[in-house]
Amino acid sequence: MTNFSNGRSGSRRRSFLKPTEDPLWLKLLLGAVTIGFIAILLLLPLALVFKEALAGGLGGFWKSITEPDALASVRLSLIAAAIAVPLNTVFGIAAAWAIAKYDFRGKTFLVTLIDLPFSVSPVVAGLIYVLVFGMQGWLGPTLADHDIHILFALPGIVLVTVFVTFPFVARELIPLMVDQGRDEEEAAATLGATGFQTFLRVTLPNIKWGLLYGILLCNARALGEFGAVSVVSGHIRGVTNTMPLHVQLLYDNYDYAGAFTVAALLAMLALVTLALKSLLEWRYADELAAAHRH
Amino acid sequence: MSAIGLKLFPLRSRHVLPGFRLSLGFTLFYLAGIVLVPLLALLIRPVELGFGGFADAISTPRVLASLRLSFGTALAAAVIDSGFGLIIAWVLVRYRFPGKGLLDAVIDLPFALPTAVAGIALSTLYAPNGWVGSLLAEYGIRVAYTPWGVLVAMVFIALPFTVRTVQPVMAELGLEVEEAAATLGATRIQTIARVVIPMLGPAVLTGMAMAFARAAGEYGSIIFIAGNIPAVSEIAPLLIVTKLEQYDYAGASAIGVVMLAASFVMLLALNGLQSWAAKRR
Repeated sequence: MTNFSNGRSGSRRRSFLKPTEDPLWLKLLLGAVTIGFIAILLLLPLALVFKEALAGGLGGFWKSITEPDALASVRLSLIAAAIAVPLNTVFGIAAAWAIAKYDFRGKTFLVTLIDLPFSVSPVVAGLIYVLVFGMQGWLGPTLADHDIHILFALPGIVLVTVFVTFPFVARELIPLMVDQGRDEEEAAATLGATGFQTFLRVTLPNIKWGLLYGILLCNARALGEFGAVSVVSGHIRGVTNTMPLHVQLLYDNYDYAGAFTVAALLAMLALVTLALKSLLEWRYADELAAAHRH
Repeated sequence: MSAIGLKLFPLRSRHVLPGFRLSLGFTLFYLAGIVLVPLLALLIRPVELGFGGFADAISTPRVLASLRLSFGTALAAAVIDSGFGLIIAWVLVRYRFPGKGLLDAVIDLPFALPTAVAGIALSTLYAPNGWVGSLLAEYGIRVAYTPWGVLVAMVFIALPFTVRTVQPVMAELGLEVEEAAATLGATRIQTIARVVIPMLGPAVLTGMAMAFARAAGEYGSIIFIAGNIPAVSEIAPLLIVTKLEQYDYAGASAIGVVMLAASFVMLLALNGLQSWAAKRR
């Protein structure tokens, strides 16, 4: 009797758990591992940045931010991003249009080449531009003769920023526009719309949120790039130091309050980017590339 | 002239939409100018230098140690992140709990946070007097300024790749397969090990490859925490920078070529993985 009732209550308890559902202890264990890992690895460094930045109070924070060299680094980063992001946006739209709307050979290879800058180390990205424009490089001596400065000046910083942020908009738009096909555009063309009208009135409304998503990530990377810019900038304080480079300079000079203040600015930018990105994924899930529909 | 033009572009008449030559032309021009030609400047460098000099520049103990550190540690970081990435993706896809959206968003922090910021934060955190470093110091463990610091930074920087490649594939797995396995008498562990994990295989490997590529090339988040002791905790990208600062272009290019070759191999591997995954679907 005892055995029988034990067996029954046992089987009844088991039947409450769906075969695809994990037991409570496993849920708690995996949940704890996830939250613990994320808290220690990701959130702790973020918290530390703000804690160190505010160590001298809000007054100290403000003083470090308004220091002329810090302001110069903010200005330089904004200029570099303001040039690189629009360039890569135009490229992303052109590339996605060509790849999604026409058939031609070597398309897969082209997409691979567009993704290439993502798999190249940032330092190698800087190095290749030194090999092109440096004094021992291809164009260096010619440029020097004409007194044109690419390396250790704004053009070099912009060029490497364009390189490292190259695929962001394109890789967002390509799968999205391939997914959407070309029926709507072809209908517009049949009805007599010019190419530009078709793009503006038919394509753009369909891709606007995906485009914004790509621009958002492109901009974050452009403002935050360190390795590649570090190689070509020359590290002239107040002149060719972008925000991330200024962080390094202050940190290496033991000015931790200053370093973490500029770092906190960049961290806030990262948080705003993440918030907007999550908002886009949540609100416009259907209008983003399939990979972002959570 | 126009007859020749028509012969050269036989496909043209099939395009209904205008702008093919403009958009593809601009794409190829921009791609070549920004990416391909500069990369060529590095790729033909060994030819310019002679292969003997190239081999000499690579085979110094300091260079070999830096390459071993970068690629070896990147592999370890990719494996660690793949394991945790699987767990995190599972929790985010299968469980429901308050604050899940926030947790999901935080995963991308290493993408969004500039690497220099991550670098100084990790370095301060794991220094012997830092929040985590002081706890570890009690057990005699030193992370900052050792190769372990390199590992921590790489695990940080590569985590989103492993989570974000596995997560969508996991979300698409129907529960039916698992129910079928259970109906056929498989235990939960058997179902996970023999049904779920194999279906996730290509995604896990893809994530691992992306994590490895990113970690091996990473610079900003590592140099602050690594201590950069030559032949001990000096990563390959840093050695490129050091050699450039000493105007040793040949030495810097030699390491750069090796890193670039590794990038190409990883890209090929990723493409192979993708076509494998597409075939299995």
